[in-house]
Amino acid sequence: MIIPFVIIGLVVASTVLACSYRAIVGPGTYNRIVAANVIGTKAIVILVLVGYMIERPQFIDVALMYAAIAFIGTIIIAKYAERGELCSP
Amino acid sequence: MLAIDVISTIFISAGAFFMITGTVGLLKFPDFYTRMHATGKCDTLGQVLVILGCVIYEGFTFISIKLLLVAAFYLLAGPASTHALMKAAYVTGLPVWKKGDKRM
Amino acid sequence: MIGVEAMKEENRKFKIVLTFCIMFIFWLLLSAWTVYLPEPYDFSKVSRGILAALIVTFLTYEMFVPSRGTKVLLKTRRFIPYVGWELWQIYLATIDVTKRVFGMLDVDPQVIEFDTTLRSDFALVTFANSITLTPGTITIDVEPERGRYIVHAISKAPADSLTVDQTMQKKVGYVFLEE
Repeated sequence: MIIPFVIIGLVVASTVLACSYRAIVGPGTYNRIVAANVIGTKAIVILVLVGYMIERPQFIDVALMYAAIAFIGTIIIAKYAERGELCSP
Repeated sequence: MLAIDVISTIFISAGAFFMITGTVGLLKFPDFYTRMHATGKCDTLGQVLVILGCVIYEGFTFISIKLLLVAAFYLLAGPASTHALMKAAYVTGLPVWKKGDKRM
Repeated sequence: MIGVEAMKEENRKFKIVLTFCIMFIFWLLLSAWTVYLPEPYDFSKVSRGILAALIVTFLTYEMFVPSRGTKVLLKTRRFIPYVGWELWQIYLATIDVTKRVFGMLDVDPQVIEFDTTLRSDFALVTFANSITLTPGTITIDVEPERGRYIVHAISKAPADSLTVDQTMQKKVGYVFLEE
């Protein structure tokens, strides 16, 4: 059962390379923010799969924390790009 | 190969296929708003299917409860961050692509 | 006046106790596989859980539990079939995007606006989330005073199913007693 996990982990990791093209080229700010969000989502999937390959279940805690922090980070960056400042005085 | 191994491999492969489709849409679509359609929907379902495949492989222990928590959190948080980015782009004045324009 | 204040005091205690119970059970579920299975629980481990649950309870007890008297049980019983219908719509939305990526259907985006009859916070958020998970549409902006939604659709057919047919507005209005 190790071999299907390794193959699918490699497939998702190559998708990250294809997505970084949009992060480099992408005219404007917003296309690059979307590419960073997608790379964060795929990182969560790769963490869970690697946790099964090496047989250490502690990786799933790391994936849960990273999902929460990436979500909050995206909302903060969207709020800053909309207003130009984070909190009104 | 047991039956549970085959079923969980089918779920994980379907999730990986939907993630590949989401990334091809990110490269191919002509405008920012249509690219958000592709990633906001395909990435969410692809990730939930991969985690469901891992839950089926594991069985009924305490670890599968934690995996189901990750999946449920991302089902709520994915569309919310999609909507936040769309609103920021629309209010700031990014132009919308109509059919027949140049690719931007 | 004394009757109103006594009821607010009792309402506050009910909220604190219910929030603390939910947070403690959540901590037990999350930490069970490392803490419980090697050796059973003893007081030093449980005290850490109680301390963590107390801190989170005193930060968030105001907004976590709804007050009594807003018909929570009836709405929860009608909400669960709606969640099942929505999971089926997520699957249809992904199949639709796959067809548009590989060139079988058309890409012709437009922006539409319409009004609804929903007014409370939770109903507006649920409807905006459902529009994002339906094939072909994403919410852009919400105005809570008139219930006005600004929506970006990817071609003519999903836009028509929101403004002309109005199936989703009727379903959400049925769940939240048409607020």
